[in-house]
Amino acid sequence: MRRRFLSPLERRKLALGLLFISPWIVGFLAFTLYPILYTLRISFTRYSGFGEPVWIGLANYRALWSDTVFWQSLGNTLYYTALAVPIGIVVALAMAIAMNQPLKEIPFYRAALYLPSVLPLFAVSFIFIALLDPNRGIVNQLMVSLGLPNINWFGDPRYAKLGLVLLAQLGAGNTALVFLAGLKAIPKTLYEAAVLDGAGPLRRFWSVTLPLMTPVILYSLILGLSLGLQVFAQAYIITNGGPANATNFYVFYLYNQAFRYSQMGVASAMAWVLFVITLVLALLIFRTSKRWVNYETVA
Amino acid sequence: MAAPAKTFREVPARRSRFKGKKLQVWVSRLLLLLFCAAFLLPLYWMIVTALKSDQELALFPPTLFPLEPQWGNFREAVTYIPFFRFLNNTLIVTALTVVGAVISNPLIAYGFARLEWPGRDKVFLLVMATVFIPFPVVIIALFDIFAGLGWINTFLPLVVPMFFGSAFWIFLMRQFLMQIPMEVSDAARIDGANEFQVFSQVVLPLTLPAVGVIGIFAALHAWNDFIGPLIYLQDESLYTLAIGLTFFRSQYDVQFNLLMAASTLIVLPVVVIFLLFQRAFLEGITLGSVK
Repeated sequence: MRRRFLSPLERRKLALGLLFISPWIVGFLAFTLYPILYTLRISFTRYSGFGEPVWIGLANYRALWSDTVFWQSLGNTLYYTALAVPIGIVVALAMAIAMNQPLKEIPFYRAALYLPSVLPLFAVSFIFIALLDPNRGIVNQLMVSLGLPNINWFGDPRYAKLGLVLLAQLGAGNTALVFLAGLKAIPKTLYEAAVLDGAGPLRRFWSVTLPLMTPVILYSLILGLSLGLQVFAQAYIITNGGPANATNFYVFYLYNQAFRYSQMGVASAMAWVLFVITLVLALLIFRTSKRWVNYETVA
Repeated sequence: MAAPAKTFREVPARRSRFKGKKLQVWVSRLLLLLFCAAFLLPLYWMIVTALKSDQELALFPPTLFPLEPQWGNFREAVTYIPFFRFLNNTLIVTALTVVGAVISNPLIAYGFARLEWPGRDKVFLLVMATVFIPFPVVIIALFDIFAGLGWINTFLPLVVPMFFGSAFWIFLMRQFLMQIPMEVSDAARIDGANEFQVFSQVVLPLTLPAVGVIGIFAALHAWNDFIGPLIYLQDESLYTLAIGLTFFRSQYDVQFNLLMAASTLIVLPVVVIFLLFQRAFLEGITLGSVK
């Protein structure tokens, strides 16, 4: 092992730097690292939250393996994430490109589209109960007047997840503004060159805009994935996991294991499985991203 | 889209591009208006529903405007649940969250943005990586740890972690701090100021707007938090508005109009703050994205 000794000056700089970030270090150790390891330890025990945890090895993990609700919750969550995240990126990209046009009233669109993403998710969840109600909601009223079927969004297992995918789109304005900042950073000369080469709008989008946006898209994809896998509050408030377990999402089930059934050990095992799934999926996207992400951005 | 582009190519190049541009602008405008309508629909429906009477709520098809606006619903909503007690709790948590965020994040960000030390960038990567850690991985343990400390049913679990910085706010603050020329600090150091004085008396005053941005984000975070209060607060007298809203849902029927009236009261401050401090929000976004 190669050892590098720090000069006295470097050591002083290090001490000063660590001093300034010391609140973060303490917080990281106390509220992140220690809890992660604590959860790992609890995941190998039978523990109700009271008394002493009893070591049972891999029993919690084995129990999950044969638990159909666990698999169902995982399936629900992957289904939700696989829909909500890509749709969100497409919606945000469409909004960003439209907002990148020379329109005088851009500040209005910016405000109107961004506002929903800062509203409290719990309040928006309650609003969606009223908004998507089959008898009293305006969305179904509009659908019926357009000749579409009157869907019982949160009462029908086939549509409950879709209703929550719709809700998730209200956060797209935030992503759209991130994308817009990315679009603004693309040099105009690239478009001018493309026009001289005879590229139409679609061609310019595929050959200039999209490749240069890939780093930003990658970032929102991974962040979206991580957050999508943690979907909880919406399901807790609107559907309470139902109907017929259709919105019994992973974290919802985990929450129930921990705080309703007092199965802290099982919940901890679930937490670690989620951690590993998130890491693996993020790494997978990172790995494949080398093929589609353009790192020669001019920003 | 492809077809008209072809026909334009036959007319002189300058005019065709101009026409193509005009079409793009109008298509964009239409698209954005549609998005706006869809995105503002929830707020519209919230207010309309909040103003309906019980009888009007039962009408089918639903009325698109309240026939006789029931302003009394708001009064009823705040008495149906102990609204002001919950509001008071929310305000306490929000205020303490803001104080914690505004103290800790600039200090930590300063260590990453304006001091050079071995390993700094690696540690900063670690800070950013924590953004991707799923909250369930920590929250079960935290619940148990806080329970051991006797913190359950107090505001401490919601507030204390805020005094230790949070990855996204550290990141934002660091972006702001890096924009200030290093010469400013160097001049103060030459004058004999120690690093903490440089931070608190020279750099911090220059970034007060940024500290404000962090404060607004922190306030919003506390106001909007659902999971924290849900897990840590079990005593009804300590509930925040987020948990208090669930009171409107009884097993069989939802008091739609009262629920929406209370929601309006909770959403309204967010809208006002957003409209007042729009620039701060946008600055947060642009700083947080490309650079």
